[in-house]
Amino acid sequence: MAEKKSGLYELTKGIIKENPTLVTLLGMCPTLAVTTMASNGIGMGLATTFVLVCSNAAISLLKNVIPKAVRLPCFIVVIASFVTLIEFILKGYVPALYDSLGLFLSLITVNCIILGRAEAFASKNGVFRSILDGLGMGLGFTLSLFTMGSIREIIGTGQWMGFDLHLPVTMTMFIMPAGGFFTLGMVIAMVNKITKKKPPQEIGCANCPNAASCPTFNKGNSDKKEAAAQ
Amino acid sequence: MKSLLVILLSAIFVDNFVLSKFMGICPFLGVSKKLDSAAGMGAAVTFVMVCATLCTYPIYMLILVPMGLEYLKTIAFILIIALFVQLVEMILKKKVPSLYSALGVFLPLITTNCAVLGVTILNIDNSYNLVQSVVNSLGAGLGFTLALLIFSGVRSRVNAADVPETFKGVPATLIAASIVSVSFMGFSGMFG
Repeated sequence: MAEKKSGLYELTKGIIKENPTLVTLLGMCPTLAVTTMASNGIGMGLATTFVLVCSNAAISLLKNVIPKAVRLPCFIVVIASFVTLIEFILKGYVPALYDSLGLFLSLITVNCIILGRAEAFASKNGVFRSILDGLGMGLGFTLSLFTMGSIREIIGTGQWMGFDLHLPVTMTMFIMPAGGFFTLGMVIAMVNKITKKKPPQEIGCANCPNAASCPTFNKGNSDKKEAAAQ
Repeated sequence: MKSLLVILLSAIFVDNFVLSKFMGICPFLGVSKKLDSAAGMGAAVTFVMVCATLCTYPIYMLILVPMGLEYLKTIAFILIIALFVQLVEMILKKKVPSLYSALGVFLPLITTNCAVLGVTILNIDNSYNLVQSVVNSLGAGLGFTLALLIFSGVRSRVNAADVPETFKGVPATLIAASIVSVSFMGFSGMFG
């Protein structure tokens, strides 16, 4: 069915309609961890976009070569290679961003969004579509990270992208871990309110494409799976 | 050099992986609905974390460092973890079926749990030795389990509460997580 959709649709669906963080609830860890500043959010988003586009392209080219049984490890290796590449690039050209993202740059490897798109899209579609899909999903991710980062930075420190906004009151809570959970909850609730959509009731296994596709998870464990998904 | 007890306690409470480092959020929100599955997931993650550290640390020190390939650690570690999870799954299935039926369903999810990759890389970044690394991984695993257990309790109350329509489901869960995280902020500054 996805074959009939236009290229433009593949590009734009990730930005709003299937926004990876706010609608399908993937890649929560970096969303919460690096969004203490708007600029970090952009940096993380663009780094993830780069990896997503490259890995989608590589995997859709390799999809006929990779044996079905060992596809997940193969995908992970492809993704990890591109992550290492972006680590080098950032370390060389933007050392400040490299330091502030720190460990989470390496952890792009295990970001559900990337493996999820590889499994759900790139392994079934052509190169051009996969690149568009990766670009759209990446931009959607960047946009939600930027939004989260802006909210937390403005309320938490009274600054935005290096400008001092001279707010009368700031709440340091917002740049602390607790503020991350709170802001994300509020943003998702707001998106639900605006789109008049029923909020997602479930999170985790049911929404995680790599879990749904993992063979052990599906095979003969239907009762367990329900228990875990509930 | 920090003492082992300090490393253990600070990994459990102060630097709690879920609530202050934001690693392993997906399983934290996904598996915390029931107390017993939360306990199972926690046990599986702790076990894999400790064993993965035991595998990755020697490989880093004995193979990658002498050959000057430190930059390959992300690729090497994720492969080791993926391999290890498969291995554990096969061994448990053959030898300890009772444990397999309890933990089996969680094992594949662990490969892509960023907490496991995170702890192995953190051990290297903090330049811990082997014993300290294992203790740190154990603490991280226990902290993960603790957060999961506490949150599964909180969550059963949240689900019973009457929240506004827009907040039902995930938003309410996230705000509850935020409050649990506030309680863990009380530990910050302890254990140096």
